[in-house]
Amino acid sequence: MADVNRGGRPLSPHLQVYRPQWTSMSSILVRLTGIGCLLLMPLIVIWLLAASSSANGFGIINGVLTSWLGSLIMLGGVWALTYHMLGRLRHVIWDFGFLVNVPASEKMAYAMVITATLVTGLVALFQFGVIQ
Amino acid sequence: MNYVTDRKRAAGSGSGRQGTHHHWQMMVTSMLLVVAVPAFLITVGIGFSGIQEDVTVYFGRPLPALITGLSLSVIVIHTMRETHAAIEDYVHGVAEKILLVVVTAFSYTLIAIGLFALAKMAL
Repeated sequence: MADVNRGGRPLSPHLQVYRPQWTSMSSILVRLTGIGCLLLMPLIVIWLLAASSSANGFGIINGVLTSWLGSLIMLGGVWALTYHMLGRLRHVIWDFGFLVNVPASEKMAYAMVITATLVTGLVALFQFGVIQ
Repeated sequence: MNYVTDRKRAAGSGSGRQGTHHHWQMMVTSMLLVVAVPAFLITVGIGFSGIQEDVTVYFGRPLPALITGLSLSVIVIHTMRETHAAIEDYVHGVAEKILLVVVTAFSYTLIAIGLFALAKMAL
């Protein structure tokens, strides 16, 4: 019967009672980076719009994006975008029925963090003119 | 004692009658991201310049304009659905509905502005 024990059922593990692990943290980070990418996208879109329509506007948005804080935010965006893409690729791999186990999932989580960091580092080298 | 039947109690609380449609949509854009994200980073990265004329000339070329327009659209649509899922998980009632509409409107506005800017530079 569906009315048996409706109130006192055991609670699923959640953030406040569950020890942080690579599997849970990497999953939460996929969602956060996804939302972050949407929130950062206006910067690029406004930059494109300013470039197409206004010398004044372009000067302002370019100044914002190339300031130290702007550069940091842009690099954060590169990291988030790369990490999110890889995290979502992991979902596709799982969905196709491959690597659905904890050790493989943890290895993919390491790979997501390492690859996103390497890509961001590479972009930073270009950004600061270390490599052309 | 509750006289409502189990069947009736379950009706309306659960399936939104959309089955796995949203999940499949996420899978599709997730696969597209594997191409769109590197394409976006490389294309916009190469075109990123502090000189406005360089930017308009670069994005005025067909390939950078097309790649940027397509990848921007894929990324915004994907992250919009990602945000929808987060809202559906944590916000409920009227606030949920309003927030879903706000995020959708925000996302399509981004795409419209981005495509307009690219078209203006390309044409």
